[in-house]
Amino acid sequence: MNDPKQNGAAQAQEPPRSRPLIRRGARLLLYAELALLAVLLMAPWLSTWLNLPFWLDLATRLSILAMAAVSLNMIMGLAGLVSFGHAAFLGIGGYAVAIPVWHAIYGGADWLAGESGLFHFALAAGLGAGWALLTGLVALRTRGVHFLMITLAFGQMIFYLLSGLEAYGGDDGLTLDVRSQFAGLNMDDAAIMHWLAVAGLLLALLLHAGLKRTFFGLVLRGTKADDQRMRALGYPVFAVQLALYVLAGALAALSGGLAANHAAFVSPSMAEWTRSGDLLFMVILGGSGRVTGPLSGAAVFVILEEVLSSFTRYWHLPFGLLLIAVALHQAGAFTAFLAQVRARGKQGAMRAEADQ
Amino acid sequence: MNGALLLSQLINGLQYGLLLFLVAAGLTLVFGILDFVNLAHGAFYMLGAFVSATITAISGSWPLALLLSPLVVALLSLPAERLVARPLYGASPLAQVLATFGLLLVIEALAMLVWGTEGRGVPLPAWLRGHVTVFGAVLPIYRILIVAIGLLVAVAAFLLIHRTRFGMQVRATASNRVMAEALGIDTVALEARIFAFGAGLAALAGVLVAPLSEASLAMAFEVIIIAFVVIIIGGLGSLKGAFIAALLVGMIDTMGRAFLDDLLRMVISAEAAETAAPAISSMSIYLFMALVLAIKPAGLFPPQTRGKRP
Repeated sequence: MNDPKQNGAAQAQEPPRSRPLIRRGARLLLYAELALLAVLLMAPWLSTWLNLPFWLDLATRLSILAMAAVSLNMIMGLAGLVSFGHAAFLGIGGYAVAIPVWHAIYGGADWLAGESGLFHFALAAGLGAGWALLTGLVALRTRGVHFLMITLAFGQMIFYLLSGLEAYGGDDGLTLDVRSQFAGLNMDDAAIMHWLAVAGLLLALLLHAGLKRTFFGLVLRGTKADDQRMRALGYPVFAVQLALYVLAGALAALSGGLAANHAAFVSPSMAEWTRSGDLLFMVILGGSGRVTGPLSGAAVFVILEEVLSSFTRYWHLPFGLLLIAVALHQAGAFTAFLAQVRARGKQGAMRAEADQ
Repeated sequence: MNGALLLSQLINGLQYGLLLFLVAAGLTLVFGILDFVNLAHGAFYMLGAFVSATITAISGSWPLALLLSPLVVALLSLPAERLVARPLYGASPLAQVLATFGLLLVIEALAMLVWGTEGRGVPLPAWLRGHVTVFGAVLPIYRILIVAIGLLVAVAAFLLIHRTRFGMQVRATASNRVMAEALGIDTVALEARIFAFGAGLAALAGVLVAPLSEASLAMAFEVIIIAFVVIIIGGLGSLKGAFIAALLVGMIDTMGRAFLDDLLRMVISAEAAETAAPAISSMSIYLFMALVLAIKPAGLFPPQTRGKRP
């Protein structure tokens, strides 16, 4: 296990469980993603230069969504755990910013009130980690489809909790009258907000890339390949996966805090289960486990949502068809279908020959 | 908290639980037999409501809609089964949820094209709008009808799975697909029928709900998660588990909404209880799920044998 080469060899023998969307173009895709990252870094200048303020807004949204997708990609890529409740962490992070701000302005709950950005984001990370710990203790006792459904249900629990907070707007959500205050940063400046989002994205990317190389990451990847064997070897599989889940939860909650600051608005729909589905789509499209994958996944999602929804209010139709196509491809259904068609063709030819 | 109120809330809980069972039954059958997670199952529930609204509007007869709509939706589910579900039976759960999430969005968009974004109310015939008084509790006739239909269908479903030739073939396919095929069972057709049967049950629930609320697009997204909670509590793949869990969830949710406020008042101030009660009661079924899972990670009645697909 300590020898990465040996680990690689063991993985090579494993049959491929899911096929990557793009096999030959993987390197090209990586370059495209790095280019996208560079564009995101320069987006405030580019948007001023091209006089397209709307695109900066989009780029900020993309960065925040990509950060959330990276945190989901960490648990999927490293440990092979597919969570369908990731949006809950975004909701938690968002309200961890919005509620203290609300109390700072309208009074009440002095222990919670505050405009300090450090306090907001510490609270978001803490609550995200806490929720991940609580739900992880239950959900991580299960695997595969059970884990997926249980995280889905827990995610929806947060959605209903937030909808039930009638003091904080209930279903309608809550507008942030001021953004988080950081010393020396003007958060109302779109460029500053954008760079903060990109910084969050970079933090997530570096964390994932770094973790992959550590011993902790290697153990996690071992549990993904065969958690029974890892347990037999004496590794604390449950504790290691729980630690990863808590880390990813805190990270996703931070992205929720960023989203709240960006939109200056939070609502329970941040935590809706369909949002978890969107995040899952981003991860799969970029290739789960590829560190930079969520970048292209989030880019495709944001562009689709923006372009399709401007053309038609029925944009769920093409988006849904795309989801189906991606899933069928991932499961190898198209290849199987083509093989079937070919086999039928051959059978037909043979029958035709036999008839003659 | 008096007896009459308790009785009427019990009937409400029972009615809600039975509706949940109708949705969850198809979900758990499809999971148990086809090894398939269907996020789009709620869409059939929504379609049932809309189709019944249309049939009632055209024919003017709600009982006709009650009979026809589940059949129509079961037929509509067949292309979805052929094109999206069948290629993914036994595939990774990730591919299944992604594809059925897509299917849900597609059906939602198509429903929006056909029926628009507005909800559709479904008027009940006059003889169903009345009330009866039982032990001092005023009960709407319609809710009693829902309970009766729910119980009837639950019994029929059990008999179908456990007492008929079709059910025997279903159980044989679930426990060993290859052997079932070798014995001459057309498993492909059988699986399509199970899928359509589940869709029809969900549609029936949608038809029954429509006159109470109305047919709306959001139905598809709301019911599916609660149905998942039900089958997780009951044990994935178990019809008996789904029935018991659906009744438990229906009762807990209804009782929580009705009485939690008063219960909390005994412990904390009235004002705090008023704000806390709705948030806690909407989470109560999830808390119950967490509790069950903490004790029994596989749910209350995990199926004994569930053969893996080859």
